[in-house]
Amino acid sequence: MKGNRFWAWSALIFGLIYFALPLIGMTEFSFRMRRGEYSFDAYRVVLADPNFRATFSYSVTLAVLTIILSVCLTVPTAYWVRLRMPRWRPVIEFVTLLPLVVPPIVIVFGYIRLYNTSSLLPLTGTITGTNALLVAGYTVLSLPYMYRAVDTGLRAIDVQTLTEAAQSLGAGWFTIMTRIILPNVLVAVLSGAFLTFAIVIGEFVLAALLNRPAFGPYMQLIGANRAYEPAALAVISFGITWACMGLIQLVTRFSQATRASR
Amino acid sequence: MSARPAAPAKASISLAWVGLLPFALFAFLFLILPTMFIVVGAFRTPEGAFTLANVRGLFTPSILAAFWISIRVSFWSALIGCLIGFAMAAAITVGRLPNGARSPLLTFSGVASNFAGVPLAFAFLATLGRVGLVTILLREWFGINLYATGFNLLSFAGLTLTYLFFQIPLMILIVTPALDGLRREWSEAAQILGATRFQYWRMVALPILWPTLLGTLALLFANSFGAVATAYALTGSSLSIVPILLYAQIRGDVLGDPHLGYALAFGMIFVTGVANAIYMWMRARSEKWIR
Amino acid sequence: MAFLELEHLRKFYGENEVVKDFNLHVEQGEFISFLGPSGCGKTTTLRMVAGFETPTEGVIRIDGRDVSRLRPNARDIGMVFQAYALFPNMTVARNVGFGMKVARRPKAEIEARVAEMLRLIGLPDLGERYPFQLSGGQQQRVALARALAARPKVLLLDEPLSALDAKIRVSLREEIRAIQKSLGITTIYVTHDQEEALSMSDRIVVMNAGVAEQIGDPFAIYGRPATRFVANFVGQLNTLRARLVDPAAGTVDLGGQPVTLGRPIPGPAGREVSLAIRPEAVALGALPGNDVTIEAPVREMNFLGSVIRIKAGLGAELVSLDLFNNAATRPPEVGATVPISFAAADVLVIED
Ligand SMILES: Nc1ncnc2c1ncn2[C@@H]1O[C@H](COP(=O)(O)OP(=O)(O)OP(=O)(O)O)[C@@H](O)[C@H]1O
Ligand SMILES: [Mg+2]
Repeated sequence: MKGNRFWAWSALIFGLIYFALPLIGMTEFSFRMRRGEYSFDAYRVVLADPNFRATFSYSVTLAVLTIILSVCLTVPTAYWVRLRMPRWRPVIEFVTLLPLVVPPIVIVFGYIRLYNTSSLLPLTGTITGTNALLVAGYTVLSLPYMYRAVDTGLRAIDVQTLTEAAQSLGAGWFTIMTRIILPNVLVAVLSGAFLTFAIVIGEFVLAALLNRPAFGPYMQLIGANRAYEPAALAVISFGITWACMGLIQLVTRFSQATRASR
Repeated sequence: MSARPAAPAKASISLAWVGLLPFALFAFLFLILPTMFIVVGAFRTPEGAFTLANVRGLFTPSILAAFWISIRVSFWSALIGCLIGFAMAAAITVGRLPNGARSPLLTFSGVASNFAGVPLAFAFLATLGRVGLVTILLREWFGINLYATGFNLLSFAGLTLTYLFFQIPLMILIVTPALDGLRREWSEAAQILGATRFQYWRMVALPILWPTLLGTLALLFANSFGAVATAYALTGSSLSIVPILLYAQIRGDVLGDPHLGYALAFGMIFVTGVANAIYMWMRARSEKWIR
Repeated sequence: MAFLELEHLRKFYGENEVVKDFNLHVEQGEFISFLGPSGCGKTTTLRMVAGFETPTEGVIRIDGRDVSRLRPNARDIGMVFQAYALFPNMTVARNVGFGMKVARRPKAEIEARVAEMLRLIGLPDLGERYPFQLSGGQQQRVALARALAARPKVLLLDEPLSALDAKIRVSLREEIRAIQKSLGITTIYVTHDQEEALSMSDRIVVMNAGVAEQIGDPFAIYGRPATRFVANFVGQLNTLRARLVDPAAGTVDLGGQPVTLGRPIPGPAGREVSLAIRPEAVALGALPGNDVTIEAPVREMNFLGSVIRIKAGLGAELVSLDLFNNAATRPPEVGATVPISFAAADVLVIED
């Protein structure tokens, strides 16, 4: 048993060193801009860059739109599958897991060829169309996480009984969806939403290939041309990712607390 | 969606599929159709006739080399990620570490598994690049010139090392619940029957976890095989791996033939598909005991 | 020297002492039950014998050898867990053969022994099934076979039947006992079901809050409970308060009627004493051998199938008695006053 614990500690410490070094490295590097002393200069430069603000707010907007579209797609679908079409569950699950197998670059390549200006649905012809296509692509990327989160959330409630109870009180589908189902899976939806946010904010390949001014391609551009700013950007995005995960935890814990006190 | 639910049961059963229509349409338009389009395009001439020439075009030394290095990076980063992730997950679940270690590690894994792409490359450049922190410290404290030993972050080894940063946490996140599912009675029953810890792991625990481990390996493989951003931000186009080749092809048609791009993309799907087929086959073989 | 000896065992979890100075000597081939309410320390004691918990103090000896500090896999013990704990990834045959396989016995020997064990538990044809293809009762039999296959010195069972439904519980407990007898293996059986303990055991250890309150054979435990806890925990019991009239003759006043027990009861005349008597020791009407007969009104009657339980009033108290349901004789009416009788020797005087 003692040996057991020794190996446990070794594995943990080895892993922690591996994870800590790059984080320390990027943080230290981001402070090195001024020669001979540590400073926040790199952050100052980054935050003052209008392109930073523009691309960042663009990506935030897209993330929010993605979350909305993703929720509108997955919640009713997962609900409906559980309620009426349980035999289709494996199929739907398979489809939602596909984005983990088909690389995003292949998907976006398909978009470019399929929805170009000479096609039936020339989405890439207009800026709005391209933005929509990007949101659709991000939604596809978020499917595996969102669908699983929602489906797990639905498993915890008795969909059948809730629906029948609501129907017997005369509620329509829209009311059932927004008043009964959504509040009950809100925690799951929020978890999926924060995860989606973290993914979309730094996403590179879709935005770059669709030529949209998103945060990911901006970071890549800075990386190719500057020395210290990229490290600052890495610290910032690590912070954002951390915040998203922290929010997931917070929401989950809060809901557990309220559920326990009920 | 806004139809009244009071409709008679018969009608609602026959119309139940309508509820799946929005999702099906979306998935078809933005996931299945684009993928199919690529796959079909890989077997077509620009005029639309069937051909194997595009796929045959992949069999040039440079493209094959790109596939080979991609497969190697993905395989090793998946395998090492699995091993280290498993060791760390085992440490916090069955390793009798203080309870305080578990929750922070899981939270951190959630963060790190999503800290991929461009910023991850920056972090590693700032650490192991030519003027990175570790490179400098090794030189100043220990007199080791990392780059003189043949190490290069912009290489197979460097890329694998970088990918591990999201592979290990992903493994931890997936395998921790599986390890939690190992019941204490199994280990106790094995012990009281005379088994050593090693025998317990070899004969009971690992066989039970095997399907999860295989599945995660396949997932991690696909995960790094399709990754573009990290490699691109790390190496520019200097390291020729498949996703970067495809990226360059889409941007600038460097191969001079759009249909060769289709073939390249098809090759990527093919590789991840094969990885998953191997996984499903091995899983089916090892899972007779699951209902 | 006994085969299995537990001496002065104590176990602390932090400040909390969950097993207190536990002493037990088990003879070879004996079947001992630990009986007690939830949380009284039965499992903890059993797990100390198995080696999964280390005693804070005390010694455990098997066959003369001190095993207190040995690892579980070196103790030569078989164990059956509450929730089957079969290895899900192995067939029944491989589960049963596991202990011999890790001991690196020859393949032919393992196969022969597995077949023998499967015959013993009455499942000779299920060797190639996986655990999920078995019923709960079948799984628990396989678990028993697995525990016994490597010929352990001691068999431990921790509530092995509590996850099964009532019918299987009864048949399986008889089977376990028969197998135990035929192999002559020393066994400790943990249960909180008194019927199980009484029907299976050579001796029973009644535990309460970490203390062995009484150790004895089922007759002694049931008929002569040493403490109030044992009397209340094992079996149904009428407890009656009475007033002591004559300490020397053992005469008490029971709801206004004098009753003489014929043995001295300590204490001054006039003090309250607690008496107890099992429902089945009380009869309706006078019976030969019952030397006490008193009149009591019938207050309640419950039909329980083969028996009818009557509650009769004795002053302010109720005494339960069981009547075999016999179609020929009509039970008394509620409200009627009937004579009830019992033997003075069956009345327990309980000291608090
Ligand atoms: N690992 C532990 N840490 C702290 N306290 C424990 C631990 N295991 C058991 N206990 C406490 O020890 C006491 C005895 O537990 P034990 O499991 O032996 O009871 P039991 O008689 O087997 O009960 P049951 O019939 O419910 O199985 C209980 O009060 C329990 O809360
Ligand atoms: Mg117990």
